[in-house]
Amino acid sequence: MKSLLHSNPLKIAGVCIGLFLLLYLSYFSLIFGVIDTSWQTAIDAYTHFNGSNEHIVIKEVRVPRVLNALAVGASLGIAGALLQSLTRNPVADVELFGLNAGAALFVVFAVTFVGISSLTAFTWISFLGAAASGLVVYLLGSLGRDGLTPVKLTLAGAAITALAASARHGMLVLNEKALDEVLFWLSGSVGGRKLEFLQAVFPYMAVAWVGAFLLARPIQTLLMGDDVAKGLGQRTLLVKIMTGVVIVLLSGASVAVAGPIGFVGLVTPHLARYLVGVDTRWVFLYSGILGSAILLAADIAARFIAKPAEVPIGAMTALVGIPFFIYVARKGLEKK
Amino acid sequence: MKSYLSLRNKKGSFSFHIHKKSLLCAAVCLLLTAAVMVVSLGMGEMNISPLNVVKAFLGMGEEQDALIVTQFRLPRVVIGLLVGAALGAAGAILQGIVRNPLAAPDILGVTGGAAVAAVAFLLYFESVSIQWLPPVAFLGATLTTLILYALAWKKGVTPLRLVLIGVGIKIAASAVITVLILFSPFVLQNKATLWLTGSIYGVDWNDVKMIGPWVVGLIALAALLARRVNVQQLGDEVATSVGSLVQFDRFALLLICAALTGAAVSVGGEISFVALLAPHIAKMLVGPSFGGALPVSALIGSLILLIADLIARTAFSPIDIPVGVFTSAVGAPFFIFLLYKNRNR
Repeated sequence: MKSLLHSNPLKIAGVCIGLFLLLYLSYFSLIFGVIDTSWQTAIDAYTHFNGSNEHIVIKEVRVPRVLNALAVGASLGIAGALLQSLTRNPVADVELFGLNAGAALFVVFAVTFVGISSLTAFTWISFLGAAASGLVVYLLGSLGRDGLTPVKLTLAGAAITALAASARHGMLVLNEKALDEVLFWLSGSVGGRKLEFLQAVFPYMAVAWVGAFLLARPIQTLLMGDDVAKGLGQRTLLVKIMTGVVIVLLSGASVAVAGPIGFVGLVTPHLARYLVGVDTRWVFLYSGILGSAILLAADIAARFIAKPAEVPIGAMTALVGIPFFIYVARKGLEKK
Repeated sequence: MKSYLSLRNKKGSFSFHIHKKSLLCAAVCLLLTAAVMVVSLGMGEMNISPLNVVKAFLGMGEEQDALIVTQFRLPRVVIGLLVGAALGAAGAILQGIVRNPLAAPDILGVTGGAAVAAVAFLLYFESVSIQWLPPVAFLGATLTTLILYALAWKKGVTPLRLVLIGVGIKIAASAVITVLILFSPFVLQNKATLWLTGSIYGVDWNDVKMIGPWVVGLIALAALLARRVNVQQLGDEVATSVGSLVQFDRFALLLICAALTGAAVSVGGEISFVALLAPHIAKMLVGPSFGGALPVSALIGSLILLIADLIARTAFSPIDIPVGVFTSAVGAPFFIFLLYKNRNR
């Protein structure tokens, strides 16, 4: 299949357009909301801060929100692309994989029984949860003669999600105080999170982004099949483990900042492949940009649909992502 | 020894085979269920010995015991019985027609669809009588089944596509519920969330009256169609060639399954995995013939739900844990085991 942007100059131009789109969406997200402000006010909030409501809103609410959406969106997009490459599975996503549910379970467990409430601990615990559930789902999904198949993977993800959810419900019923602390986090949102959350996990995200691009070449080789990759002298196991670590870093960091948000990572790699073809480096780059754009757009929509209330962004992305998932499930599985 | 009892009249206009082993299993399950019911009726804030429970039933016990047993605890136990039976039967029917051991109304999103309709009803039609909840939940379950079937249809429905798309529909349903709850008045939000966790807490005789006739009638109807399910299990070609209306039967059975799910959801909310577990246990006990598997599966469904509810009610007393938490704690590992067992299919 010939991709839409088939030459390098076109792809670079595409990146520029994508960045411009991100800038535009960020501007929109920054200025409009329950309190409409202007570009001038936004700049003044930093240069001539006067303590007015608008300025506080911009500094404390809007800017963190935009930055969260950008970072989390890019991470989810890249994580989705990596997952789909690693599992050679068109319907892989952090939500379907049970990573979100695992992270949520671990966080609730920590709050309920260990009484942890510090930011860094939160981050590490959600990493751990994402890693544990990801590993279990991956192992369950690859049982059997024909290895990893989309159906087994999806079912394993569904089972682990159900198990984690029931354990989580049980703990929350036993401990109502934890419910208050965690419920907000569980609904998934890029708003209402202070910038410190992002600051705490951003180093991991950045490392993972760089890692993803360094891994792009080996993954490209791996996509030709394990045998071919081995024949070319690649240490496939090492590449797979490294990819797994990067995925866990990305999804764990995203969950720590924004709570469980699904389906961004499902949609972006498909769009990216449609735009730039199969070259993994471009696919990862485009997945990141598209992920940011989708999450920003979803966040803006979540704010306006039910104004002045807000739709949880996780529900928004799920509602948009599910039709896409069904489309891929109908279209993409015959080849398998 | 013959494994079937044959009931026939002389003219031969009436003939009915009964599988002896199924009959025995059903009888044992019935006894077990009755025993669990008696124990469950006796346990709680005030413990009453099983003997006194039976006495209270027969009208020979103390007045206080009788009040507690028949007015406070019996409705909950009867609801557990009915909801469990409905889920068990629905699961058996669905597995029969989908011919996939992993199919269950909750995994395929049918339960989720019923829950969407029920939550919408609870939140937006507050003034309408609650008696309408089962039909509404049924409507939701049916619509979801139809959508699922249509989306999975591509020159026929394969189990693989059905399951994948079912999982998608399930997630979509929970997103819709989140949004519905968000757009509703605050007072009603709690009611809806509590109901959603899958609990038979705080039911009374009205609920029994509401879903009792549905569940009993539908299971009887399914039992009458047992032969058609058996034929379906042979595969579409064979079923067609022996003269079965495959598509019509499948549709009718799916409707019954949706109706049973709707009835269960309308009172119990989303109670997961009972519909998956029960038919498997039933088939292990009595084999795949639907005539035997249906009643045993329904009874086992009741048994699972009653035991789970008993534990949920008493283990962390005085906190009443939603029964759905327990059924998935048992059901999800079993599901994983099934995945493992079917890994080479």
